[in-house]
Amino acid sequence: MTDVVATNQTILVVGGGISGMTAALEAAECGKDVVLVEKNAALGGRVSQLYRYFPKLCHPTCGLEINLRRLKAQRRVHLLTSAEVIGVTGTSGDYTATVRIRPRYVNDKCTACGECAKVVQAQFPDEFNYGLSQRKGAYLPFNMAYPQRYVLDPAIIGTEDAERAKAACRYDAIDLDMQEETMAVKAGAIVWATGWSPYDAAKIQPYGYDRYPNVITSVEFERMMDPFGPTGGKLLRPSDGKEAKDVAFIQCAGSRDRNHLAHCSRICCMASLKQSTYVGEQFADQGRATIYYIDIRAIDRFEDFYTKVKESSTVDFVKSKVASITEDKATGDPILHGVDTEGYHRYSNRHDLVVLAIGMEPSVPKDVLPVDVLVNRNGFIEMDETNGGIFAAGCASDALDVNRSVQNATASALRAIQIINRTAAAVPDSAGVEAKHALAAEG
Amino acid sequence: MDDLNLAMRDRYRNNFLQEVEANVEEGEWAKMCMQCGVCSGSCPFGPHWDHPPQEIFMMIRANKREEVLSSTSMWLCTSCYNCIVRCPREIPITHIMHGLASYAQRLGLAPKEQPTRKFGLMFWDNIEKNGRVNESILGIKLYFMNGFKEGVKTAYKMAPVGWNMLRTKRFNPFALIPFLHKRCKKRSDIQAILRKAQQIENARTVRFGTAGG
Ligand SMILES: Cc1cc2nc3c(=O)[nH]c(=O)nc-3n(C[C@H](O)[C@H](O)[C@H](O)COP(=O)(O)OP(=O)(O)OC[C@H]3O[C@@H](n4cnc5c(N)ncnc54)[C@H](O)[C@@H]3O)c2cc1C
Ligand code: SF4
Ligand code: SF4
Repeated sequence: MTDVVATNQTILVVGGGISGMTAALEAAECGKDVVLVEKNAALGGRVSQLYRYFPKLCHPTCGLEINLRRLKAQRRVHLLTSAEVIGVTGTSGDYTATVRIRPRYVNDKCTACGECAKVVQAQFPDEFNYGLSQRKGAYLPFNMAYPQRYVLDPAIIGTEDAERAKAACRYDAIDLDMQEETMAVKAGAIVWATGWSPYDAAKIQPYGYDRYPNVITSVEFERMMDPFGPTGGKLLRPSDGKEAKDVAFIQCAGSRDRNHLAHCSRICCMASLKQSTYVGEQFADQGRATIYYIDIRAIDRFEDFYTKVKESSTVDFVKSKVASITEDKATGDPILHGVDTEGYHRYSNRHDLVVLAIGMEPSVPKDVLPVDVLVNRNGFIEMDETNGGIFAAGCASDALDVNRSVQNATASALRAIQIINRTAAAVPDSAGVEAKHALAAEG
Repeated sequence: MDDLNLAMRDRYRNNFLQEVEANVEEGEWAKMCMQCGVCSGSCPFGPHWDHPPQEIFMMIRANKREEVLSSTSMWLCTSCYNCIVRCPREIPITHIMHGLASYAQRLGLAPKEQPTRKFGLMFWDNIEKNGRVNESILGIKLYFMNGFKEGVKTAYKMAPVGWNMLRTKRFNPFALIPFLHKRCKKRSDIQAILRKAQQIENARTVRFGTAGG
């Protein structure tokens, strides 16, 4: 059973990616009580799956580490993981959110020793690596996972694997009787930071993501570079494990396209420019990156990064939206077809590997939010007065990079704080204390 | 038709884009093209075009009136719809290509020897005369489109196909005999409808041409 003390003075933050963590920490450090709800078993969101950050090319693990330290030192943030907000009712200053918590079958006695994973046999596609590798039925979501606690896959419950895991744990941390819980959380204001997911590449039919193993997405490419990732940090192509020395990047894969996502995902030009440096990092002069683009959108100060990449002798740019991809059956090489719009030359170019710079699709569940929250035609939450005390942060508000997500999250935290302050001023102190009630979990 | 050409040229002197928007079917879409190139790369006839669709859109915006209207390019469009399906801006490219071709034809600027154009005229003539298509006559005319000698050669080459079609009743040789082939009942009515449609279309263009001079 999970106990959460929440009142109309509480700020509820939905989504524990970089934006949600930032909003929660900023609000808490200003003295507000926060409930942070994360759907996954660990915090971090998409940035925990990146190898390096543009434009400085530092590792995201570093920023994540800093935020986790802030969080550990912060008693005002009440964290719920494996938890999803499935409904919101009420108005500004007085919301009630329904939160569903999935059982992880591991309690807080877990020391992350990993003995359970050793004895479990069943394997599943590893979500953290976008299915490029397998994980055990008892697993740590990823090395830096917070909380540092193992999870049992619900599919092994009731099997011998579950019993084996329980027997192997020396700390009595495995609880196979855990049940799904649903609880109500009160809040005066809500920061919505549910982020984004990669657009379904299989829907871009002419690129054959579902047919050709050597056509992958940019998020998968990031995972390949991780030394603890599915390929041990090597750029290997999926069909035959050959080193991918000649990599093509296709921009606007699913973005700026009325057949897919109408908006510009804004970060993918920079992501491909960054990823072209991965090819250089692995193969030096032997590596070759070719970027096929409509126009490169390296917004404001990122232009410098673009200029630097352009100077590289191992990176080529082709101004063309690739029309289609075919596969050379004998070698598995993908062949890109199209017309170079600078001079209208027709090409059929062979590469080792194709990376689709996949678009960002907002994960804003319209049916969960109150009806008067304004969601635009691209699926992002628009700033609007009718939203009341609900504020979007990060990629729930627009396609943003980390820097802009964090700025945006801080702004949203500030707006939420203002609502709380106004609510507090309206409610006399004694009534405020009386209104405080612990909401025990139901079911 | 030459007069119409001059009238249009003067009316839209420095703005071919506006002329296309006003007079070409779906022409108002031309300005929406973002020059991504996916249409050109998707066209099965792409390698044979002087100017692929994306270049045509750029030429329209760059005021290359004569080059566009006298181009053979849009006559090559086979209506496969590959470009429409893939265009990220959902531009009805196929329709614009046909629109440009028929506008060029109306202005008398279409390339005279372009085979699709010749066939189109034959098709029109055939339908206008009979009130319906007589495929046998149309087919034979197509064989002889480029002169008698080549026609005999093509007919000879196609003879086995013709024979098989005859056997499976897909080809009626009597349809070639002027008084025997089927025409639709009230041909004159259909001809009147076609004349009226032509009139309306011409009037529309002329009106744009004279308004505001
Ligand atoms: C290939 C690629 C490379 C990139 N590289 C860079 C880079 O180098 N530098 C850079 O600045 N940016 C980069 N970005 C952009 C970066 O990933 C985003 O800016 C960042 O992820 C935004 O963080 P967020 O917290 O808004 O969203 P997310 O990271 O998506 O986090 C959202 C969180 O909310 C949770 N959640 C979702 N729905 C619910 C729900 N209903 N209830 C509870 N929780 C929920 C999710 O599980 C997740 O943890 C890259 C993007 C891509 C695609
Ligand atoms: S950022 Fe670049 S690749 Fe991404 S949608 Fe915009 S233009 Fe296309
Ligand atoms: S596909 Fe559409 S947007 Fe792209 S060049 Fe062709 S017409 Fe223009």
